[in-house]
Amino acid sequence: MTIPGSWYLTLAAVIFTMGALGLLVRRNVLVMFMCIELMLNAVNLTLVTFSRMLGDIGGQVLVFFVLVVAAAEVVVGLGIIVSIFRRRANVTADDLHLLKG
Amino acid sequence: MTGHLLLTTIALPDLFTFIFAGLAALVGAGGVILARNPVHSALMLVMTLFSVAVLFVEQDAQFLAAVQVIVYAGAIVVLFLFVIMLLGVDRREVIQRDPLPAQRPLAVVAAILVLLEIGLLARSHWSTGQPAVVGPTNGGQTNIVELARAVFTTYLLPFEATSALLVIAVLGAVVLARRAATPTDIVSKLNTESSDILVEAVADPALSSDDGQRSHQ
Repeated sequence: MTIPGSWYLTLAAVIFTMGALGLLVRRNVLVMFMCIELMLNAVNLTLVTFSRMLGDIGGQVLVFFVLVVAAAEVVVGLGIIVSIFRRRANVTADDLHLLKG
Repeated sequence: MTGHLLLTTIALPDLFTFIFAGLAALVGAGGVILARNPVHSALMLVMTLFSVAVLFVEQDAQFLAAVQVIVYAGAIVVLFLFVIMLLGVDRREVIQRDPLPAQRPLAVVAAILVLLEIGLLARSHWSTGQPAVVGPTNGGQTNIVELARAVFTTYLLPFEATSALLVIAVLGAVVLARRAATPTDIVSKLNTESSDILVEAVADPALSSDDGQRSHQ
């Protein structure tokens, strides 16, 4: 018998929680970005687990698309971070309060 | 009692793989959060991504495991490291000045609440719903064959849309990365050039050539 799916789901949920915690706690924009990747991976693990539990390939297809979207997101996001750094010379999230009322 | 029975019925290699990969994933996730240096965070992220790839293999998603290692650990994290090295932000972050003092404790409290909720959920049954009809994970074929059949038949339109998405992302990266010559840039460039000319006019030749090199860099 293989590992029950609920173990994988619990593990993925814990990883997702850690990613969300890091996103809230850290100040460095790059590390916050890595935490987003962490959360995306937790969701991918959940999708693959449900794909196995339900015997359906659709979950894995969705993971495939999540990978593509994550790649595009990282490219654009890092471009934005680089252009912010050119103007302000630091990438701390709290210093980017230009739109604050 | 049921947990003990469960542990005895699981095949030992599967159990060891899950425990080691799961622990490595959790340690890596903790390292991403806790590491002061962004480079260490990126390396810890590689550890988590690799562990998740191992868990993919364990769940018969071999193609996704390979893509996970190639795209995530190979491309995305390298891109992160490039940006970290390019920006030179591999130093400790300043945490003395905190505009929202309650944010960190509240974040920890929220995370603990979520973990408690997950623990409650894990003690019950997870609702899984009805199996859908896209295709079987292993209907006598290999994982790649089933995945390719689903991608190129049922999900053909989203698949083509992702190509447009990638082209748009590349264009966006180029637009964000190139530095447009704004009027202020031109004025500042003219100012530096004229000051160079002034320096060349008054100072000795060795100093002026040094200045010229610096302005060209």
